[in-house]
Amino acid sequence: MISPTVVLVLVLVVLPILWTVVLAFQDLRLIRLRTAGLFGDYTVENFVDVFSSPGFWQALVTTLVYAGCGTAASVGLGLAAALALRRPFRGRTFVRASLLLPYVAPVVAATFVWGVMLNPQFGVVNEIGTGLLGWDEPIAFLSERPTALITVIVFEMWRSFPFAFLFLTARLQAAPATLEEAARVDGATPTQLFRHIVWPQLLPTIAVLALLRFIWTFNNFDDIYLLTGGAAGTEVISVRVFDYLVSRGDIGAASAQALVLATVLIVLVSVYYRFAAKDEVA
Amino acid sequence: MTRMVTAPADSPAAPDTRPSRAPTGRGWSRNTVETRVLGVLRWIVIVGLALFTLFPFYYMALLSVRDLSSLLQEPARLWPLLSELTVGTYRDVLTPTESGGQGFVRFMANSALIALGTVAVTLVFAVLGSYALARLRFPGRRRIGVLFLAVYLFPSILLAVPLFVFFTALGLRGSLGPLVLVYVSQTIAVAIYTLRNYFQTVPASIEEAAAVDGATRFTIMRKVTLPLAMPAILSNALFVFMIAWNEFLFALLFLVEDRSRWTVSLGLSQLAGSIEIPTTVLMAGSVILTLPIVILFFATERLLTGGLTAGAEKG
Repeated sequence: MISPTVVLVLVLVVLPILWTVVLAFQDLRLIRLRTAGLFGDYTVENFVDVFSSPGFWQALVTTLVYAGCGTAASVGLGLAAALALRRPFRGRTFVRASLLLPYVAPVVAATFVWGVMLNPQFGVVNEIGTGLLGWDEPIAFLSERPTALITVIVFEMWRSFPFAFLFLTARLQAAPATLEEAARVDGATPTQLFRHIVWPQLLPTIAVLALLRFIWTFNNFDDIYLLTGGAAGTEVISVRVFDYLVSRGDIGAASAQALVLATVLIVLVSVYYRFAAKDEVA
Repeated sequence: MTRMVTAPADSPAAPDTRPSRAPTGRGWSRNTVETRVLGVLRWIVIVGLALFTLFPFYYMALLSVRDLSSLLQEPARLWPLLSELTVGTYRDVLTPTESGGQGFVRFMANSALIALGTVAVTLVFAVLGSYALARLRFPGRRRIGVLFLAVYLFPSILLAVPLFVFFTALGLRGSLGPLVLVYVSQTIAVAIYTLRNYFQTVPASIEEAAAVDGATRFTIMRKVTLPLAMPAILSNALFVFMIAWNEFLFALLFLVEDRSRWTVSLGLSQLAGSIEIPTTVLMAGSVILTLPIVILFFATERLLTGGLTAGAEKG
């Protein structure tokens, strides 16, 4: 009964991954696809090209900065949200559901409305900034260095903090009340309670969340492609893979970069797994 | 790939809210100061977060009903005037291209077809697969479970290259069927993972009782196990629908050449760069893209998140 499902996953996920490895060692162009043989003519030229192009290393650094800052920002905001909404108040259920909207909303609609909001000509943010906050001139949020990178990180925070918020809320609800009760009776102040009682209980969850968010942000394509198209210092590896594949039709180089992306990710994750989250992941 | 969990509405661990005074009575103690400051800070965070998350959605809805010329005159006004309200944007975006509109009705039909197809195929495979993983003993069972989890974490951009090349080589890129298959492969892992955990909570003794009464394995599944697992199956269906409806990368790779096959996401992203189409009209398109998801989400939040928590809980 399981076999059709396994076959499907093997054909559509596992085989393609293996095939990426093969493609990365071939000199294959999209226009010659029909005539090219699947095997043979192996070469390491793609990797030489990829590593020797200056844009690649820049993109790798950008990817790491984007993933690192995006993860920290979204988990941090999620933690703040979970703590702020911890005690009941009127309308909490509604607020809680509303906070999840950025996470379920279609990414194309979200990036589009952000793009309009931040537009230098008629976007509301620049209107308010120049009109009320006294900015000298409109800020080109999505087309200038380094604002563009900061903007895509803020967007990532906006879109992903609900994920951390949900998991941390669930974890907070599972925390036994008696511990905090006892500490409070002993005279602990709210910050001390957080530092010594709540934080240690949340830490394992935060570790797992940080890992998951880092993996997903590291490979994120949609957000940056739709917001900036990779311009103004926001070109990450996944956008480069897409460009090489579709615009240049250079399948070999695209595969090689995808492979490098996967390798860097696997190395980072296994290092993290060894040191931080050994007991918590899987 | 997204994933959701929500906790129940009432927190059993809610701590005491009263600020406690220090017994010394010598001005404000550290405790009092902290409690007050945090009490204020908490409301600032709640209000700030609500504004931060909801404002883009409000702005989207606002721009979709404002007249373009009045928008350009007063871009900073955050409420619509009755005189400028218009539904012409929606008419324009929904009208077929032959009649001078943007043809979003067609895009919606494509999106719905793809999303529903993905839901149907995913559920068939996921129910069979997860049931087998939960109930049957066979060699390699554990390893297959790990495989599904790894697929769930695997980034789609890495699959994009080989799948793009493969379907281009076959000449099948550009039709909806292969895209559905790709979506199924993306969603099936998480569906199996949550459904398996749910099946494990259904006591095997119920099935054994039916077996003793002479029911076959498939009768048991159809009459006993599936009805019991219906909440989890439904929440999975909603979840898969949302992923397929929102998906962008593979729709872009597979369908971009032929406008009549665009999904709503793809259509909006392709038209967004055009200078001929007014922003307010595209905002109406964004609302059309977002609204089904928001309605589904609020209507089923409890079911959706409850069902997934039941499956995804790791303790």
